[in-house]
Amino acid sequence: MTGSRTLGIRAFALVLPLILFLALFFVWPLVSIATTAVSDNEVARAFPNLGRVIDEWDGVSPPTPAMQEALVADIRETAQTAMGDAVRRLNTQTSGFRSLFGRTQQAVERAEGAVDLPSIDERWEDPVFWNTIRSALPPYTTRFLLGALDLQRGEAGVEAMPPDQSVHRQVFLRTIGISALVTLFCALIGLPFAMLLAVTTGWVRQVLMAAVLLPMWTSVLVRCMAWLIILQKDGVMAEIIRTLSGLREAVPLLFTRTGVLIAMTHVMLPFMILSIYSVLIAMPKSLMMAAASMGARPLAAFRTVLLPLAMPGIVSGALLVFMTSLGFYILPALLGGGDDQLISSFVANYAIRQANWSLASALGLVLLIVTVAIFALYQRLSDRLARR
Amino acid sequence: MGVIKFAWGLVCVIFLMGPLLVILPIAFNAGSFMVLPIEGWSLRWFTVLFTDPAWRLSIWNSLIVGVASSALATVLGTLAALGLRGHFGLPMTLTRIAFLLPMATPAVVLGVGMQLVYARIGLSSSYAGVIVGHAVLSIPLTILSVAAALASVDRTAERAAASLGAAPPKVLWLVTLPMALPGIVTGFVFAFANSLDEVVLTIFLAGPNQRTLAQQMFLQLRDNLSPAIAAAAFSFIIATVCVGVTGLWLRHRNAARSR
Repeated sequence: MTGSRTLGIRAFALVLPLILFLALFFVWPLVSIATTAVSDNEVARAFPNLGRVIDEWDGVSPPTPAMQEALVADIRETAQTAMGDAVRRLNTQTSGFRSLFGRTQQAVERAEGAVDLPSIDERWEDPVFWNTIRSALPPYTTRFLLGALDLQRGEAGVEAMPPDQSVHRQVFLRTIGISALVTLFCALIGLPFAMLLAVTTGWVRQVLMAAVLLPMWTSVLVRCMAWLIILQKDGVMAEIIRTLSGLREAVPLLFTRTGVLIAMTHVMLPFMILSIYSVLIAMPKSLMMAAASMGARPLAAFRTVLLPLAMPGIVSGALLVFMTSLGFYILPALLGGGDDQLISSFVANYAIRQANWSLASALGLVLLIVTVAIFALYQRLSDRLARR
Repeated sequence: MGVIKFAWGLVCVIFLMGPLLVILPIAFNAGSFMVLPIEGWSLRWFTVLFTDPAWRLSIWNSLIVGVASSALATVLGTLAALGLRGHFGLPMTLTRIAFLLPMATPAVVLGVGMQLVYARIGLSSSYAGVIVGHAVLSIPLTILSVAAALASVDRTAERAAASLGAAPPKVLWLVTLPMALPGIVTGFVFAFANSLDEVVLTIFLAGPNQRTLAQQMFLQLRDNLSPAIAAAAFSFIIATVCVGVTGLWLRHRNAARSR
């Protein structure tokens, strides 16, 4: 039995249960997100009859009798709630639709048999309203994905949303900014600590290692709670700052950006330290001594010898920290203020509070794509490291 | 130079460990608030934790979901690790990466997707749904740990058993699995710890009856800060230390045995 490049039947049978399980409970959910983000059948569901005949219309001439007949049939057949959703949606696209439709619905209910729509309201002569329905009939839309990026489809193509409606781009920038800062802090604290960890021996290394591993194994929730206690008004941190700075007033820390950054750095630091440490420990100890014996000052030796060698560890640690930080949800929810919430909390809000699954899926899809791209980079890098 | 190094190490250790140490006194606080210094020592919040119906239900739920999801993840992960064992090349790398992807997917995204699927297949707000969700997140951990254990299993022992007439299933059952057992147990323990810890996916999948301990802590932290949360957190830390020590001991024993 030597290593092989193809799966035998026996091996495949062993892997199959997992493949099926993940296909059902991991791939299908992600596919559902992708389809929910681009599907839009509110209008198509409400106008099945019209959907069948409107394609034969040229879009400029007055509506054909077949279209009018189909619309009347749809008004009579479609359930009230489904029609209400569709009309609300059409009204956001062309104002006046709701009033026109309400009037038409009443008239159609009163009449029996065929109805002449322009005689109820002459606006039905206008192709604009028919075109509104037609443009909303296709079951797929880029509306939510564009909305996730604060874009919309206007008359001149894709355009930016008005500033008072655009929040997502700001939240994406905030998420990236906070993640980048956390990554930077982790690298700045983690590199010297990993170097220390690599040169110490005996019980000192045991203690330092325990200080890295114990927090890493501890629940993020528990650490959030600890930071809640430390950062609160008149808490431990406020006391330390007061003693160090001599300031009389308390600096607010809880529910601020500073607090979120401190706690996120604390959560992610062990991953950065271990990532750098794993590279440093593989480096021959004599290297730094050789650099010193050849006359390099400590700083020069660090810059020209140690830093380049440690770089793969720093980069893979940074990718891991950045990728994980992008998805943070409970820590900013517990320790941050309203302006410190990351993209995940918007996804959760749209889904849980507003039941707006389309927008939640679209935002989630953008987050997923970014995260998976970084994960792919990380995997390539750690593959290359492992092969060395 | 030595002083600076020492000071830097000390500051980092305090930063890393301090938050864990802060929890300990608060859990034994006699007063009703989560503030330091505490008013006096007592076990009253542990009594609340283990007698209050909401906390008790959440503890039971965590144990049920934890054991069931870890068992599921361990079985699936062990089978897959056995199947993938000894295979190399690009297809294998891709397969492995595909199995590790759940680890990289943001929990909120997976939560939204699973809720969409559960609504369709009728698993919303059910134990089965929560268990399956936690298992998806734990599978990478079990695969990694079993694959690492299998990599160190000596193939000559298996070949010896086969040459003495043992059928492949017998070799697997009597030779391979016992030798990989520490890795399988480690995988189970990590999966259990992971499930115990999981909040975000649970928020999406669990109904009020499936509320887990971690979720209960999250809700309490958001709404009212009772030291009962600290008592729960203290129990978490003790459990963590036990799990960590068990893991290290298993690895140590494994290393000592293969030496």
